[in-house]
Amino acid sequence: MGLIQIGGQHERDGDLGLVTLSLEKAVNWARKGSLWPMTFGLACCAIEMMAAVSSRYDIDRYGAGVFRGSPRQSDLMIVAGTVCRRMAPVIRKIYDQMPEPKYVISMGSCATSGNIYDSYSVVQGVDRFVPVDVYVPGCPPTPEALFDGILTLQDQIMKKRVLTRQPEQVRPRETAAS
Amino acid sequence: MHPLAETLRDRFPDGFLDAREWRGDLAVTVKRESLHAVCRFLRDDPTMGFDYIVHVSSVDWPDDAERFEVIYEVYAIRHRRRLRVKTRVPEDDCAVDSLVDVWRGAEFMEREVFDMMGIRFNGHPDMRRILMPDDFPEGYPLRKDFPLQGKGWRDTFDFLEGAT
Repeated sequence: MGLIQIGGQHERDGDLGLVTLSLEKAVNWARKGSLWPMTFGLACCAIEMMAAVSSRYDIDRYGAGVFRGSPRQSDLMIVAGTVCRRMAPVIRKIYDQMPEPKYVISMGSCATSGNIYDSYSVVQGVDRFVPVDVYVPGCPPTPEALFDGILTLQDQIMKKRVLTRQPEQVRPRETAAS
Repeated sequence: MHPLAETLRDRFPDGFLDAREWRGDLAVTVKRESLHAVCRFLRDDPTMGFDYIVHVSSVDWPDDAERFEVIYEVYAIRHRRRLRVKTRVPEDDCAVDSLVDVWRGAEFMEREVFDMMGIRFNGHPDMRRILMPDDFPEGYPLRKDFPLQGKGWRDTFDFLEGAT
């Protein structure tokens, strides 16, 4: 079913007349169409993220092209790249500064799992300290893969409840030593 | 021997140890005590003119008597030539003289060597870790006896309060 149902007579072109829809859908629709990402490139995934912004792929088609330099003005954090141990508190601080509602895309193998860097300095997945909404696979993911992640996130946003706050979820730490 | 290395050998007969040229790269090895004097000569002498520090790195040779090696790569912008200066450091006295007062750009690079290999630089203005957290307790990660996955830390974050 369509999101917006148009009723009444068209008096002239471009005039919708009467529009009926649920408030929750309207809010979610507005939110998903204006995802402002925060510039957060950490490694080579950021190159693909830049390609996704540029004219060939044009992330603006999904309303997610307004990259902000400040977390206080953004809705979406795309963690693009390897997260080092020293960087982890910085990411968490920036995440905490973002206003609600906020979303996180973990872009690429490094941000999702640490990739091959099972080492003393690399965080084994950014979901250990911030809640992640969408994981995008690839090393690095293509701009199309990032777009798939954004579209998946937009689908998730449409299913969210607007008037109730959902608890933050961070993946619990494994007890068994690997 | 390369003429530049010959100049250094004649100028520092006590400190000069070895010069090796391989595929166009000239590397000289000097004694730890004369490293600072050699480098100041390299920068200040107009025929040398090595006014740019490219990189500072270190190598761990666990089987050698003098276990560590500190390597300075320098470049002469005017003469467009490179030089590699090496010196050996024993494990029980793990320190060399800092070259920050010769090349200011060496400051962060020497901090990185200290962070990764645990070699102290005497006279360095700010001898702290640079890549790892300041309170990193596990030692020096680039030493050969350091396990790849570290010594314990996996994913505990002290800034996560309550959230496990």
